[in-house]
Amino acid sequence: MILFIAIPIGSAFVQSLFIQHDQVLVLSKNCGPFGCRETTSVDIEATKELRQDSPLGKFNGIGTYLNRSHLAFAEVGNAWAVSRTFSGFLKEVLDLPFYGALMFTLTYTAVVTPLVLLLGLAIAIGVNGLPNIIKGPSIFVSLLPFLVTPLVGSLILFWMVDGDGIIGATIQLIFNDPDLSLKASTGLTWTMLIVYGIWHTLPFSFIVFYAGLQTVPVDTLEAAEIDGATKWQCTVYVVVPHLVPLITFVTLMLLMDNFRVFEPIVSFSAEAHARSLSWIIFNDLRESGNPLYGSAGATSILTIIGVIFLLTPVLIRNWRDFKLRRL
Amino acid sequence: MTRTARTPIKFFSVLSFSLVALWLLIAAFPFLWTFWGSFKVQSDFFSKADWMYALWGTNTARETGNAFTGSGYYGAWIIEGFWKNFLNSGIVVFFTVIISLTFGTLGGYALARSGFRYAFWILMAALVFRAMPHITLVSGYLLPFFEWNIWGYLPTTIIVLVAMNQPFTIWMLHSFFLNVPKDMDESAMIDGCTRFEAFRYVIVPVMWPGVITTGLFSFLLAYNDFTVTVMLLSEENETIIPAINSFLGTTQVEGKVMYAVAAVVSVTAPILVLILFFQRQIVSGLTAGAVKG
Repeated sequence: MILFIAIPIGSAFVQSLFIQHDQVLVLSKNCGPFGCRETTSVDIEATKELRQDSPLGKFNGIGTYLNRSHLAFAEVGNAWAVSRTFSGFLKEVLDLPFYGALMFTLTYTAVVTPLVLLLGLAIAIGVNGLPNIIKGPSIFVSLLPFLVTPLVGSLILFWMVDGDGIIGATIQLIFNDPDLSLKASTGLTWTMLIVYGIWHTLPFSFIVFYAGLQTVPVDTLEAAEIDGATKWQCTVYVVVPHLVPLITFVTLMLLMDNFRVFEPIVSFSAEAHARSLSWIIFNDLRESGNPLYGSAGATSILTIIGVIFLLTPVLIRNWRDFKLRRL
Repeated sequence: MTRTARTPIKFFSVLSFSLVALWLLIAAFPFLWTFWGSFKVQSDFFSKADWMYALWGTNTARETGNAFTGSGYYGAWIIEGFWKNFLNSGIVVFFTVIISLTFGTLGGYALARSGFRYAFWILMAALVFRAMPHITLVSGYLLPFFEWNIWGYLPTTIIVLVAMNQPFTIWMLHSFFLNVPKDMDESAMIDGCTRFEAFRYVIVPVMWPGVITTGLFSFLLAYNDFTVTVMLLSEENETIIPAINSFLGTTQVEGKVMYAVAAVVSVTAPILVLILFFQRQIVSGLTAGAVKG
C-alpha cells in the first residue's frame, strides 16, 4: 500500500516542481530581394531531444504553485488592490481556474452533504415503517442509483434533462420557454449537478441509517410513548440521538466522496460552467499531445492538502480513541 | 380524545410514506425509462413532440416496422465492438478482485491481531488514502508509466486499481477480523499450530462472509472505475466505462446516441443482477464499521 500510493503522491509532488521545457528557438536570418529579416523558428529536433533527455522538464521550484492557474497570489493581490467592493474582489478571484474549481467543489460538498443526511434519515424512517413485504424490494430499488457506475448514472439523467429528453422537455413546457436549457446557464448547471449528487449518494446514507434504526432500543421507545410522546417527538428525542455516531460516520464518508466529484462533470459535459478540482487535473493530463504534468501535479498536491484538512478532526478523534483503548 | 391525539400521528405517517414513494419513483424511474427507451429509435427516445412517442414507439414502428428494435444493441455490441471492451473489463475486474482480496485478507488479519502503534498509523493512512481523489494518484502514475513504456496495457491498470482498492479492503477486512474472536486462533496455536496454520485452518473457514462482502465492493470499484481506466488504457484496450465515454465523443453528431444508450443499459444489467443476489451482503458491507460507531 505504501509502495503503490505513497510513491505516486511523491511522484506527483516531484512532477509539480517542474514545468515543461520551452521550445528551442532558432534565430535565423532570411535574406531575400527585399532586404534581410530575422525570423525565429522552433528547432523541432532539438526540442524533442531535450524533452527526451529529461522528461520531467526543467526545474521550476514552487513556481507552478504560484502561477495563474493555481494559487495565483499575484493575481489575488492585484484583484484585492484593484477592486473596491468585496464582491468585485470575489468575482475576480473566482475567475481564476483554481479558485473557481475550489468554489464549485466546496459548494457541491456543502450543499449535497446536509441534504443527503436529512433526506436519507427521513426515508430510512419511512421505510422502517413499511410492512415487511415491501421493505426488501424498496431497499433493492433504493440501492440502484448508488451502485450504478457514476458515469452511467449521470448519463442516464443527462439524457433525460436534455432539451429533447423527457424531463428537459417537461421543464420547457412548464416554464413555457422552448429555448430553456439546463446546460446553458451556470446556475442551472450547478443545480443539475447537485441534484444528481443527491440522487447518487442518498442511498448510502439511507442504508446506513436504516441499519441503525434496527438497533434502536424498543424499551426506550415504548417508555417514551407511555410518557405521552408523539411519534414526531419520539423521532427527534429518541431515535436521532441514538443515531448520532452513524451521522458522524456518514458525514465523513459523504465529505470524502463529494470532495472528489468528477464523473458527472464529464458526462453532463458541464465543464464550461462547473469545474471541480479533480476535473482540472484530468484536463491538464488530457491536454492533447503535451500533458501538463507539472500543473496536474501541483493541483493534486493542493487537493491532497485540502483532503487532509477536511479529515483532521476525524483523525484527531481517532487518535484519542486509540490512546484511550491502550490505557 | 383519541381523535385529537391521532391526527398528528396519521399526518406524520402519511408524510413519510409519500416521501418514500416519491423517492422510490425518483430512484427507479430513470432506469426504467432508459431501459424502455433503449429498444426505440433516437427520434422516440428524444421525443420532443410528444412524450407518449417514447412509450408506444411511434417512430420506431414507422422506421423498423415493429415497436421494439434491437438496433441500438446491434450497433453497440457488433458494429462498435463493445464485446471487446466487455471482455477487457472482465479481465481487469477479475484480477483486481482476486489480487486485492489476497493482500487485503493477509494485511487485514495482521493488523487486526497486532496491537502495535504502527497498526494505528497504517489504518489512519488507509483512511486518508481512501479519501484521496483517484485522479491525484493517477497524475503521479502517468509520467513514470510513459517513461517505462508500460502505459496502455491491462496489467498496469490492474496494478493501479489494486493499489487504489487496498486501503478500502484492508480497512474493511480489518474491522471484520476484529469481530472474529482472538481465542480461536490462540487456542489453535496452543494446540500446536503455527501462526500461519492457525490462519489457514481456523480463520480461513470462517472468514468467507467478510471476504465476499469486501469482494463485492472491490468488484464495484473496479467495474465502475472511469478515472483510472480512461487515463491509463490505450484505445484498443479500453474497458466498458471509458468506451461509453468515447462513444459519446464520436457519436453525438452521427445520430448514434442509441448505441450509447444500449451500451449503458448493458453495463447496468450486471449490477442489477449483483444487487438482486447479494443485497444482504451489500447492505452489511455499507454499514460495516458504521454500526459499531
